[in-house]
Amino acid sequence: MRTANFPLEITQELLFSKALHEGVINRQTQNYSLQTDKLNVFIDNQHILKDIDLRIPEKSITCIIGPSGCGKSTLLKTFNRMHDETPEVKVTGRVVVDGLNIYDSKTNVIDTRKKMGLLAQRPCPLPMSIYDNVAFGPKIHGLRKRKSLNQMVIQYLQYVGLWEEVKGRIRTPASRLSIGQQQRLCLARGLAVEPHFILGDEATSALDPISTKKIEELFLKLKEKYTVVLVTHTLRQARRIADYVVFMYMGKVIEAGTTEQFFNHPTKQLTKEYLSGSFS
Amino acid sequence: MKLKNIEETFFKALMIASTLAIAGVLLMIIGTIVYKGLPSLTWDMVTKLPGGGFYLGKEGGVLNAIVGSIYIVAGSLVLSLFMSIPVVMYINFYLPKKSWFASVVRFSFDILFGIPSIVYGAFGFALMVYLGVRASLMGGIITIAMLITPIMMRSLDEVARLQSRDLPDALLSLGATKLEMIRVITRQIMPGLMTAVLLAVGRGIGDAATVLFTAGFTDNIPQSLNQPVATLPLAIFFQLGSPVEEVQNRAYASAVILTVIILLLSFSARFFSSRYSKSKI
Ligand SMILES: Nc1ncnc2c1ncn2[C@@H]1O[C@H](COP(=O)(O)OP(=O)(O)O)[C@@H](O)[C@H]1O
Ligand SMILES: [Mg+2]
Repeated sequence: MRTANFPLEITQELLFSKALHEGVINRQTQNYSLQTDKLNVFIDNQHILKDIDLRIPEKSITCIIGPSGCGKSTLLKTFNRMHDETPEVKVTGRVVVDGLNIYDSKTNVIDTRKKMGLLAQRPCPLPMSIYDNVAFGPKIHGLRKRKSLNQMVIQYLQYVGLWEEVKGRIRTPASRLSIGQQQRLCLARGLAVEPHFILGDEATSALDPISTKKIEELFLKLKEKYTVVLVTHTLRQARRIADYVVFMYMGKVIEAGTTEQFFNHPTKQLTKEYLSGSFS
Repeated sequence: MKLKNIEETFFKALMIASTLAIAGVLLMIIGTIVYKGLPSLTWDMVTKLPGGGFYLGKEGGVLNAIVGSIYIVAGSLVLSLFMSIPVVMYINFYLPKKSWFASVVRFSFDILFGIPSIVYGAFGFALMVYLGVRASLMGGIITIAMLITPIMMRSLDEVARLQSRDLPDALLSLGATKLEMIRVITRQIMPGLMTAVLLAVGRGIGDAATVLFTAGFTDNIPQSLNQPVATLPLAIFFQLGSPVEEVQNRAYASAVILTVIILLLSFSARFFSSRYSKSKI
């Protein structure tokens, strides 16, 4: 446990006041808005996320950083209700997406997931052709017309810059693509569902530098249309692409702010220590 | 240092000897049945029904048994697939990872897997007596299905458990329902499913004890599910029991036919499983 590094009095400071970052992160509008309200997560009765109050600014990139095991992935999974699949996980509090609490019993989980495009750590193409990978989402959500499907596949493959690379072989298995290409395919597949949000969980950690750069450029392009929330494994990546940064430690949000403010004028002792590399 | 070398040499010799022994046994089995059976393996054997007096050395073949075995195995395969795929999908992708119910189900597979085939035969027979059904194609199909379902479930479960959580998560995050998820996963494990099927068929087609009381035996090809049906293992059994040498030799010829069928199945199983592992990488 890393607690040893930090004297107890810091825990006072850890209580992150909502008012503090409301000023910074508050550009809430009707659509594409994501906010959490007293969000707590328990796994096997362990308190994993503690009173998370966050407002994710729309149409921008928010990077979640923090040491491994602090709850970044767990937080991301609350946004598309992936915790529903693991009964040992209990979620309390609210996650408000486009004005609706997704944990409300009236909210449909599939609608929620359609709004959230997820890019996982390792690309996982579906066991089918490149074409069918992109067409899968639209198909299961009811699009049948071949022409619209074709159009959609081309459009999103172009969007992620894969079209030129694969246009001669979109009927071949997606598993034959390189890892970097697979990750872009997974992004196209997620975009084809027409989400409002893009969630990424260390989406570039399995990739080579060139593929990483391509994905990062895509995130920068995506934020014009989507609200992007990324868990990043490197501070450098956050510095490169984030508009806003959320720093978590042991299940709590310690500090949140614009990238400039966060890296240049951190207010919390813990943040300063993390940025200076005294723990990671 | 020296002791280590001796140890090394000893175990290497042991491994080579055991490997040779296994390969030798296989060759001897195949050699024996081919040596004894090949002279009697005429075209008539595979294309003709047993004529009158076939078991006394007159002419005919074992087409009844070949077709009967194929009927039984095909029927039981369909029945077994309808039971095992839903069970395996349910315990692997619906139930949580640490489900006690899944462990109970897996444990029962293991027990069922270990039950000798004669016990399935006896159980099937008792069931049929109770229901007033006589030995028939239907009885054979159901009993063989009982025999091969645990094999199928275990090998399918093995494949399903090797699946990482990545694919289900990817599908669910796209907004797929559980059923849509299962459909894609089934496609993913198709090569593994083929292997499971071939293993199960290989076992089901060669088993004599299960069909002894439940499928009966006949010289004809059954026209309905209620008629008795011949099977290759029983054809071998009956011919081998004959005092006539010519008929005994035909038993070996029938064994060659059965072995060829099983070898073909095993080779295709190997082919599919190697293709499976390649596509994983
Ligand atoms: N399914 C689970 N079962 C038990 N503990 C879990 C599970 N998932 C996450 N945790 C725990 O929750 C904490 C946060 O994990 P995670 O969100 O994956 O961290 P991060 O992504 O920041 O590295 C860790 O202590 C981890 O052990
Ligand atoms: Mg993580």
